Amino acid sequence: MHSEHLDFEQPIVELEQKLEELRRLVSRGEVDLNPEIEQLEQKCRKLTKQIYDDLTPWQTAQLARHPRRPYTLDYIGALLTDFEELHGDRHYLDDPAIVAGIGRFGGRPIAVAGHQKGRDTEEKVRRNFGMPRPEGYRKAARLFRLAERFRLPVLTLIDTPGAYPGVGAEERNQSEAIAANLQLMSQMETPVVSVVIGEGGSGGALAIGVGDRLLMLQYSIYSVISPEGCASILWKDANKAAEAAKALGITPQRLGELSLVDEIIPEPLGGAHRDFKAMTARLRDSLEAQFNQLANLPPQQMLDDRYRRLTEVGHFKHV
Amino acid sequence: MGWYEKLLPSRIRASGGGSRKIPEGLWHKCPACAAVLYRPELEESLDVCPRCGHHLRLSARRRLDLFLDGGGREEIGGNLESADFLKFRDSRRYRDRLADARKHTGESEALVVVKGALEGRALVAAAFEFGFIGGSMGSVVGERFKLGVERCIGDGVPLVCFSASGGARMQEALVSLLQMSKTGAALARLARRRLPFVSVLTDPTMGGVSASLAMLGDIVVAEPGALIGFAGPRVIEQTVRERLPEGFQRSEFLLEHGAIDMIVPRAEMRARIASMLSLLAPPPQA
Repeated sequence: MHSEHLDFEQPIVELEQKLEELRRLVSRGEVDLNPEIEQLEQKCRKLTKQIYDDLTPWQTAQLARHPRRPYTLDYIGALLTDFEELHGDRHYLDDPAIVAGIGRFGGRPIAVAGHQKGRDTEEKVRRNFGMPRPEGYRKAARLFRLAERFRLPVLTLIDTPGAYPGVGAEERNQSEAIAANLQLMSQMETPVVSVVIGEGGSGGALAIGVGDRLLMLQYSIYSVISPEGCASILWKDANKAAEAAKALGITPQRLGELSLVDEIIPEPLGGAHRDFKAMTARLRDSLEAQFNQLANLPPQQMLDDRYRRLTEVGHFKHV
Repeated sequence: MGWYEKLLPSRIRASGGGSRKIPEGLWHKCPACAAVLYRPELEESLDVCPRCGHHLRLSARRRLDLFLDGGGREEIGGNLESADFLKFRDSRRYRDRLADARKHTGESEALVVVKGALEGRALVAAAFEFGFIGGSMGSVVGERFKLGVERCIGDGVPLVCFSASGGARMQEALVSLLQMSKTGAALARLARRRLPFVSVLTDPTMGGVSASLAMLGDIVVAEPGALIGFAGPRVIEQTVRERLPEGFQRSEFLLEHGAIDMIVPRAEMRARIASMLSLLAPPPQA
């Protein structure tokens, strides 16, 4: 269990274990410890809040990659009914690092694509740690075209360290697979909402993240390069990841200040993995509101707004 | 300068005055075959090694000079400059890196976009300046590219872009990543207007530039021997922990794997692109 927790979570975990022991004693009816339990619960909440109020960008990155963090299929299971997964790019293979399918959200048909990481070692390997090959992006593209044809709104869930840097991926033109999706998604005639649920790793994340709205969970990150990668290139030292994380401004809060994020969805105390039910309830509310807003727009206005949104990004001065 | 100094295999010496500062030395060593080449002769051969055919890297200005007809050019977005909006600092400050890059290249940013003509036909041409922070794409590169595309749409002319870039500019963080979707969105509009985009990949075209505008050409051309890919060879080697195949990520490798349409030697670039453009979209009758 030890490796399931992050360093800064440790004090909370220790308190929780004590609480568990006390509760066990009470349940055996041996002693009345309810006042003590209440006190300890309060202390635990306070400590958690203290720790989480003051997270560094690097700690947020660690939370975004937390081994117990809910993944795409967890959210699909909680938010959708009648979900049918669609497999394969129709040309080469089915990439398990991206899950794509159709289902119902709030009773209405919807198309969903998201990166999928594995929970145990075997699944991690099978899903390539959530790093898609070109076929993953081409499968997503197939879903997007299907969604457009049948007027299904599109939801994408972003959670990847990045597109897979492998020989085969390059041979089958990873660059083209990503580029094609950017172009396709920029003009799809159906609403597109993207949510960064964990790690937004560079072009591999953006390749399913172009649309009308970008949402981020409170402890997710989105970056042009991983803090470790940035540190090893610019600082020539991978151990400077914490510094790089700060400089890159990868947190929702910082990206919100730069007007790059439309909505930050607060996570339950201690992170999404500590109260998945509360997390999905909040996500559901946000998504319903966003999709309703988009459904009310005339299609051409939605596309024009999207074009402006995508092409107005940048900071420069006129000289 | 004494006569003996002129005979030494000289390093970079800026050509005096003017806004164009093409590094100039009398002798140049071919990075591929190590032949020592006489600079004027090399320029005569369009910076292609007369011994081994290696295509040396070109500055953005020289690239456009070699490609476009002489005269009648108008620069697009030339008045835009980077703002260090994050106050980014790694081992050095971003603003210092920018200042250095400006000094060394004589360019204000890593992409030069001009409206000009190719064999008498009006078009917009863009070229990356690899010497400017590795030709990396940040806000100004994205904006200039978008302005170039919008100019194409406004004037009903084709677009040709010569890529030479390491990818996204890390010092502009997520904003640089989002230049990928920005250029992609602009090109989607160009495609809808049925205006051709010829993308020319030169050495090197990697990362966020490769995975956005560079691979979105209606026709994708590469110069011989250019390094082209998404992930850098070193990153891949570290990931897969094996030696990479011979010629991996070179133009010839991409052609064999169906990733690009053709390889065109520099000497034929003008004529062949002009010919293809006239096939796709005949110039409007004057």
